Amino acid sequence: MLYFLPTHEYARIEGNVATIGISEFAAHQLGNVVYVDMPEEDDEVTKGEDFGAIESVKAASDLFSPVSGTVIEVNEALVENPRLVNEDPMNNWIIKVEMSDPSELESLLTPEAYEKVCEAEKH
Amino acid sequence: MNRRLYDKLIFEHSRPGRSGYSLPRNDFDRHVGELPESCRRQEPPALPEVDEPTVVRHYTNSSTNNFGVDTGFYPLGSCTMKYNPKINDALAASRSIAALHPFQPAETVQGALEIYWELQRALSEIGGMAEFTLNPFAGAHGELTGLLVIKAYHLSRQDAGRDTVLVPDSAHGTNPASAAVAGFKVVEVKSLADGTVDVDDLRSKLNDSVAAMMMTNPNTVGMFEKNIPAIAKLVHEAGGLMYYDGANLNPMLGIARPGDMGFDVMHINLHKTFSTPHGGGGPGAGPVGVRKGLEPFLPNPRVVKKDDGTFDVAFDNTSLGRISGWLGNFTIYIRALAYILSLGSENLAKVGPLATLNANYVLNRLKDLYLLPIPGPCKHEFVFDGLKDKSTGVSTLNVAKRLLDFGFHAPTIYFPLLFHESLMIEPTETESRETLDSFIEAMRRIAEEAAKTPDVVKEAPHDTPVSHPDDTEAALHPITSWQDLCAAQK
Amino acid sequence: MSDHRYFPHTPEDVSDMLKACGAVSLDDLYSDVPEDLRLRNPYALPAEMSEKELRDYFDKLGDKNRRMVCFAGGGYYDHYTPAVVDAILSRSEFLTAYTPYQPEISQGTLQYIFEYQSMMCALTGMEISNASMYDGATATAEAMIMAVNSARKKRRVLVSATLNPAVAEVISTYARYHNVAVEVIPEHEGVTDRAEFEAMMGAGDIAGVIVGYPNYYGIVEPYDGWADVCHASKALFIMNCQASTLGVLRAPASLGADIVCGDAQSLGMPLNYGGPYLGYMCTTKALMRKLPGRIVGATTDRNGQRVFVLTLQAREQHIRREKATSNICSNQGLMALHTAVYLSLVGAKGLKEINDLGYGGLRYLADGLTATGRMHLKYPERPFINEALFVVDDPLTTDMVLKATAAEGILAGVKVDENEILVAVTEMQTKADMDRYVSIIKNIEL
Repeated sequence: MLYFLPTHEYARIEGNVATIGISEFAAHQLGNVVYVDMPEEDDEVTKGEDFGAIESVKAASDLFSPVSGTVIEVNEALVENPRLVNEDPMNNWIIKVEMSDPSELESLLTPEAYEKVCEAEKH
Repeated sequence: MNRRLYDKLIFEHSRPGRSGYSLPRNDFDRHVGELPESCRRQEPPALPEVDEPTVVRHYTNSSTNNFGVDTGFYPLGSCTMKYNPKINDALAASRSIAALHPFQPAETVQGALEIYWELQRALSEIGGMAEFTLNPFAGAHGELTGLLVIKAYHLSRQDAGRDTVLVPDSAHGTNPASAAVAGFKVVEVKSLADGTVDVDDLRSKLNDSVAAMMMTNPNTVGMFEKNIPAIAKLVHEAGGLMYYDGANLNPMLGIARPGDMGFDVMHINLHKTFSTPHGGGGPGAGPVGVRKGLEPFLPNPRVVKKDDGTFDVAFDNTSLGRISGWLGNFTIYIRALAYILSLGSENLAKVGPLATLNANYVLNRLKDLYLLPIPGPCKHEFVFDGLKDKSTGVSTLNVAKRLLDFGFHAPTIYFPLLFHESLMIEPTETESRETLDSFIEAMRRIAEEAAKTPDVVKEAPHDTPVSHPDDTEAALHPITSWQDLCAAQK
Repeated sequence: MSDHRYFPHTPEDVSDMLKACGAVSLDDLYSDVPEDLRLRNPYALPAEMSEKELRDYFDKLGDKNRRMVCFAGGGYYDHYTPAVVDAILSRSEFLTAYTPYQPEISQGTLQYIFEYQSMMCALTGMEISNASMYDGATATAEAMIMAVNSARKKRRVLVSATLNPAVAEVISTYARYHNVAVEVIPEHEGVTDRAEFEAMMGAGDIAGVIVGYPNYYGIVEPYDGWADVCHASKALFIMNCQASTLGVLRAPASLGADIVCGDAQSLGMPLNYGGPYLGYMCTTKALMRKLPGRIVGATTDRNGQRVFVLTLQAREQHIRREKATSNICSNQGLMALHTAVYLSLVGAKGLKEINDLGYGGLRYLADGLTATGRMHLKYPERPFINEALFVVDDPLTTDMVLKATAAEGILAGVKVDENEILVAVTEMQTKADMDRYVSIIKNIEL
């Protein structure tokens, strides 16, 4: 199951774990990613609040968490090679979170609804 | 300037045993070596070892890689890159100021204090304010100081709930950043299609949490905010204060004063309107002025004039506190005061109209080829939204880089954020018609190239000592010192 | 329109240019400025002065200042400025350039900032320096904010009582309006009280600890182990250091500092009644992206040349707006050039000799003053370097010392209280100056 925030983060749900990253659309908009500021394992994240930031040469965006819970893994590969996010953002996730309240998913965007958000931003 | 890069670093001239200094003979018995070993450095710092002629030649060669106002036209929007008079530098180099320690007794620094006082009075007259502090070190520091004055004012009235600063969405990023550093929340006010503040949107955002509204006038797109009296009235009625960001003060010289427009607090960038050199990034000065009633909140220390006509340095307990080690970047004040006195009352009033004339001249001669989203007349600067012909694929960045080949500095680009291809041009009053004509010619030629040989523009610059630096690599693997460079080479 | 030398416009230019704008008069360009906002009277300012008159005016003001033999420090020191520094700083390619936004035509500025950053790393031992900040006091206040931002939720900061009070005041101004609580670690016999420091760290909610090195009294405090105490509770250890003394003192990096900052005025910057000076700020690679201000980095251009650019700009205010690490837009550009040129000339060997002259001179002066029986070192057992706190013995007072010496053109030091004065010595004061200082003290009539 795949969900999105209007701020372009995705959450792929497997069991109680949300794998979080940024969308293709956002990766394209940012340009060459040069740094991903990530939390540490065991940090708590809250739905709708920032858990890190992503930087390209001339832009920076906060990363907002689609769910609340505890960080169980961060993608260490992005430390050495942040450009992985540009190459394949859906597979090069940023963090994995053990969800504390799966009911939060109900308020997230479906892929179809997110598609419309992107369309609107293109204009 | 150079067409070939002078590319050595001073470290690459270093040879063990060379030195470039002279010191008085040391005939004291004791030396630092007697400090406990735990306090002392075991290895000398890895500084270069270079003789004096090599140092002089190195930095002279390096300087010729640079472009300054003295090199050529610098139409950098919002930066007011006017001529920096030489007499100002000569006066600022005075030995009678260089030797003064900030903690000397006031009676031994009366001349210095008088310079501070006279400049403070002149700025108050020009800004329509009651008093200025000169202490802030730069425009951004002035913004922070001005906002702290506002905070101190509200707190003095036990009005502690005012935690929000309103900023137009066209504002420079420094405005919201300053507000955040001063501990305020930032709320954006929308702009209308002509770039001026949307008064209805402002009205909807005014309430008793608003501490201040920050504005430039003319605004970032070079338009005079003609609703300013209404805006000031609304903000004042809501209990907030009006903050004037002096970044765009130049076209107002001789025309109108921020104090008369209803602003309560303002800062001035002396390195813009008052001709002090930018120095590649500083030192600048960002004096802050306040209307009557707000003087007690200005930062410490303050220069005061006593009844007997002498000057003193005072610390006030109503002040917002101290925001600088002493009275700021003093030699900048000498330059600014010299500028004001060399122009005098009458010529100072011509600065604004001539700057505005130059900007409108360039605007009118280019608007057939470049997209003018907001029709003139502008004030001191204006914004094009890139080339008019959008079919060429030539971007604002390309145009800016191509200008370098023609011997001009680039305008400000991609700011303001209101347009996708912002190209912001500010010619200032010290440029001659011939200079403007040659700039216009270059801009027209670039437009023509964009249509006929777009790759020439897209691949620019061609004739500069450096071309297309790899910014991404610089940010991915930061190398920020000679030590990093040496490590990377290994 | 005008014949002032700064305005190139002839009357003909003005009328032609107006025509091109479709305007008749300059006033037409201001038709959007409401009549009742217009300036009604000429500025109440003097009429224009010729260059000669300007020189006379400023000469007259200069005569109202008094140049003194300067034994005052308190954070600002009277060091010699080599002539080469002034010559390079007056090159208008450097002086009249803006911030290096266009690297293609700004390699001169970018290169000296890179050199400056390298030299500050060499002096402090730290891994990265920014392109400089306003002054030592504001740089230290920014370091405090950096600590609070790094710690996310902690909003308490400790400041040593031995930190320069002007710096401490600026820190508290920034802190007060930033909702940060600053608490003072008390001093004990001229140094920060270590037991109190450890007790205050106990609560675990401290974001940063700020100390002076050398401290306000010129004492080189032993900070071994302090960084470990800070790091154990995830606080940053911030050292405010006087740049010139770092030529001989143990590098702050070897004491585990996370941020090293302060004023570089002591690197031969003229006193200039308070400025311009330069605030420097260095940190570790781990904290690089939290560092405020501009940073220059090396890269290559499309021809494979090594070139320099502004880098890590995503931290800055023009991109991050209200979420930026700081609101600083620029740096103290030309003073960074000053520092690079000065340190190129002086080098490690010169810095050592300068410190030896200051230390040797201060010891010589201290011996002389002590021998008068009227002044003595307050903390003779502590290691001090180029500045020391003296007790003025009753019935003599600090004011009497300052007054008597001032009458002879000597600035005796910085008053700390009625019976304490800070005295600094650099390479600028001669043995004869010190002998004169001592003899004035000896001869004050009580």
